[in-house]
Amino acid sequence: MTISHFGAVLLFSLFTSVIFGITQRSDPRMMIRFGAFCFVLFVGGTIAASWLMWLIKH
Amino acid sequence: MTSNVQAPARTAGKTTTMPAALILLAGWLVPGAGHFLLRKWIRGSLILISIVSMFGIGLALKGKIYSPNTAELLDMLNFAGNLGTGLLYVIARVFDLGQASVQVAIADYGTKFIVVAGLLNIISAVDAHSLATGRKAS
Repeated sequence: MTISHFGAVLLFSLFTSVIFGITQRSDPRMMIRFGAFCFVLFVGGTIAASWLMWLIKH
Repeated sequence: MTSNVQAPARTAGKTTTMPAALILLAGWLVPGAGHFLLRKWIRGSLILISIVSMFGIGLALKGKIYSPNTAELLDMLNFAGNLGTGLLYVIARVFDLGQASVQVAIADYGTKFIVVAGLLNIISAVDAHSLATGRKAS
């Protein structure tokens, strides 16, 4: 199996956010919100860190 | 001196008659099993799918399965993370799944997927335990 770096980020973020959402909140609606929040932070943080590394290199 | 500040209600009441330790153990051995025992079917299913998928993707990416060792601190920590997957780890060891060492760059991702799957499973098992004891509301 091969996977792109971004694909790995998306899969990792998805599964991790699901678990975080379920375990860190009590109300189902808040679970979804927190899970989505974690997902956006994971993916956004990775993209931001990637650009930062690109800027450092160039 | 008295205070009007009230401590938050900590106990939401037990949700099951089963021992909380049993739920913790079940949640560790089989991802989502703790929630299944508490009749939280959707949460249990999502946990099961997430953990098993992460573990499976890790294996498919030729991730490393750590064995008990005293070599390096990071190896021991990774082994502890692997152990968090419960029976999935046992199955992987019995059927000799996973790689003994990381040989390609993408396999490092796989190794991390497997380790994190174990850590997330521990969080899930503790969550089921908290639900059983009433520490977590619902």
